[in-house]
Amino acid sequence: MQPEDLSVVLCKHPFTSDLDEIHMKLLVGCASNVTFKDGEFLFHEGESADRLYLIRNGRVALEVQAGERGLIRIQTVGPGEILGWSWLISPYRWHFTACAVENVRAIWLDGKCLRTKSETDHDFGYEMLRRLALVLEHRLEATRRQLLDVYGSEIGVRR
Amino acid sequence: MKMEPVLVPQTSFDPMLPFPVAIRRTTWETDDTFTLLMEPPAADGARFKFLPGQFNMLYVFGVGEVAISISSDPQKPNLIAHTIHRVGTVTTVLSRSKRGEFIGVRGPFGSSWPIEKAKGMDVIVVAGGIGLAPLRPVLYSLFRRRKDYGRIVLMYGARSPLDLLYRVELEQWSKLDGVDVVVTVDRGDSSWKGHVGVVTNLFSYIKMDPPATMAMLCGPEVMMKFTIQELERRGLPLEHLHLSMERNMKCAVGFCGHCQYGPKFICKDGPVFSFPQLSQFFGKGEI
Amino acid sequence: MNAPVRLEAEHLGALLEALKRRGYTTVGPTVRDGCIVYDEIYSTADLPVGWTDEQESATYRLKRRDNEAYFGYNAGPDSWKKFLYPSSLKLLTARKSSKGFEVCSETNGAEVPSYAFIGVRACELNAIHIQDRVFGSGQFTDPTYRARREKAFVVAVNCTQAGGTCFCVSMNTGPRVGDGFDISLTEVVRDENHFFLAAVGSGRGSEVMEEVPHSAAGESDVDAAEGLVNETALHMGRELAADGMKDRLLTHIESPRWDDVAKRCLTCTNCTLVCPTCFCSMIEEVTDLGGTTAERWRRWDSCFTLDFAKVAGGNFRYSVWSRYRQWLTHKLAYWIDQFGTSGCVGCGRCITWCPAGIDITVEAQAVVGVEPQEPKGD
Repeated sequence: MQPEDLSVVLCKHPFTSDLDEIHMKLLVGCASNVTFKDGEFLFHEGESADRLYLIRNGRVALEVQAGERGLIRIQTVGPGEILGWSWLISPYRWHFTACAVENVRAIWLDGKCLRTKSETDHDFGYEMLRRLALVLEHRLEATRRQLLDVYGSEIGVRR
Repeated sequence: MKMEPVLVPQTSFDPMLPFPVAIRRTTWETDDTFTLLMEPPAADGARFKFLPGQFNMLYVFGVGEVAISISSDPQKPNLIAHTIHRVGTVTTVLSRSKRGEFIGVRGPFGSSWPIEKAKGMDVIVVAGGIGLAPLRPVLYSLFRRRKDYGRIVLMYGARSPLDLLYRVELEQWSKLDGVDVVVTVDRGDSSWKGHVGVVTNLFSYIKMDPPATMAMLCGPEVMMKFTIQELERRGLPLEHLHLSMERNMKCAVGFCGHCQYGPKFICKDGPVFSFPQLSQFFGKGEI
Repeated sequence: MNAPVRLEAEHLGALLEALKRRGYTTVGPTVRDGCIVYDEIYSTADLPVGWTDEQESATYRLKRRDNEAYFGYNAGPDSWKKFLYPSSLKLLTARKSSKGFEVCSETNGAEVPSYAFIGVRACELNAIHIQDRVFGSGQFTDPTYRARREKAFVVAVNCTQAGGTCFCVSMNTGPRVGDGFDISLTEVVRDENHFFLAAVGSGRGSEVMEEVPHSAAGESDVDAAEGLVNETALHMGRELAADGMKDRLLTHIESPRWDDVAKRCLTCTNCTLVCPTCFCSMIEEVTDLGGTTAERWRRWDSCFTLDFAKVAGGNFRYSVWSRYRQWLTHKLAYWIDQFGTSGCVGCGRCITWCPAGIDITVEAQAVVGVEPQEPKGD
């Protein structure tokens, strides 16, 4: 069976679909295919973070061990979305644990590779950061709305 | 493995018997948290002398006992205060206590905050929610010997403005010389003009000299986890980091086994620990 | 009297009588409900004469022996902790009064039973020493345990057969009894002979032995007894690679094996009930209907129960896997930090009495990645 042409896959993924040819070539140099079975961990909190995942199929849950509250799943990431930017910011450690809650197919981009190429080619670096900024803005917005706890009881009701 | 039996003499008072103490006052701090003020008889004042960080077992006749951190001034053992979250049967009955009624007290038990070791250093106290209660005796002790310590910072996070404890004292403390009090809530309302956000955000608002700083933390475990990550990131030596842990307690003397956390008994090895004592397990799920 | 002596089987009763004359309540093995339990025994007729047990994972059966041995069985579901650390104990009584209430301890100054334990195995004696540390070596000590323990007279028995789930050899706790007994017996049933090789381990043991008919032990008697015990050590039902187990367990504290066990474990708490070293307890308040008198009771508890690690804000060990992990890791690892020894004596009870057939030797070794050995035995 022929190995998949990753540039074809990356062209289809919303995060990278509109990259120009030169930058796409740079990106492919950092890219690999990966699959995870339902229940497998992509990474654990505290571990060294050096990957950006582009999810193709399946869903991944971000979770944290919250002491007496047990395991809490705070967010999920699905097809067409990305996971992981801790590779961008020192000390490059995952803050949460990621667990596949379905069978997952993804492309992973090597963080160190991306950092190095971004330093050398600032246009490429700008393209990566611009896309990341969009994702981060979207996630922050969503997280703020999640904070509203709209289904919870009223804030501090007096007795 | 041939062992010699090891039997050692008992302590002087029976740690299993609750001692009746009269209630002086019950004050509501928030809609579900109250402070019980008790007055042991003067002759028994020495019996309840405690160190900051220790806890008592409070007994409601015929109902049961709960482990509650002592949150009053260690220099005033004749006026013992416990700030309690009303959440179950025993705490609900405690919340209805009237002046002159009696509750049983066993204690004090447990390890204490390192206020001696912190002398000559800056101190950062980080409290989450009701975690401020076991830290208040520390603050009293630090303020009483103000000259023995460098800068003192209190970082305090609560769910909402109405969930803040000791609001009058927070105001008073913030006016003390060389003391910074920074407060934040997870969600504010229209009257709240203070910080809104997680307590770890507050690190942006304080200056820290890590090698000369002692940190003391108390709050939900996940909040302590993120705070420790933040302190670590800022270069605080981990031996300077202390936290108070909570587990289910029944006997308070290391026999019933409920409060175990790895090899530690929270009731007798804790509840206050230095972080290196727990680092092997801290943050791992369901230890 | 330091050299071992020969005690004829027909004089075993005299030993019981000598102990009863001194005011001891003789407790020992007896057949009841299809197994051998520990209870008061009034004469040698109450002992499980001619019975043996067959034990395997989730299996316990009594079978008739082909001889009339008194102690020809291994560990039953009971352990001596039921006498030293009773499953239900009233701690205090409180009565309403003008000053709130008055409290009266039910343990301080309480009458202390004098037990003579008949038939304590090496693993069990080790378990008693372990509980001595649990209840007697900390800042606080348990007065009930200490008082009963100080009085307890120990008649130990060296095992002359290995049980199907035994692994005392791996845990270095048997089959030969170590220090701490008053009298020890090794039973020899051979041809027309039926006797005990008896050794004395204390002053009071010596005094009691004076009143029991005995004779000098011949070399062949000693050889026969020693031979049986040595043979027993070679036929253990299980093995556990105990060296370095603590560190290996802590390295694998988040092993996926816990999830595997959790699929089988019913959290029925049988293992903690039968374990001779488990000590967790619950505290219960009980009142009368009038609400004027309250009692506080201590009862055995188990880390396997759902509420064991519950607190106001939630539950620290909600999942079955974390509760099984707690039990095993406490027993084989944390215990060493807490009390200086392993908490496991290799008696095999937890293996025998687990209805799901979970085996501590298999699970511990699976977690740390040791290949399971083929179980030895006849």
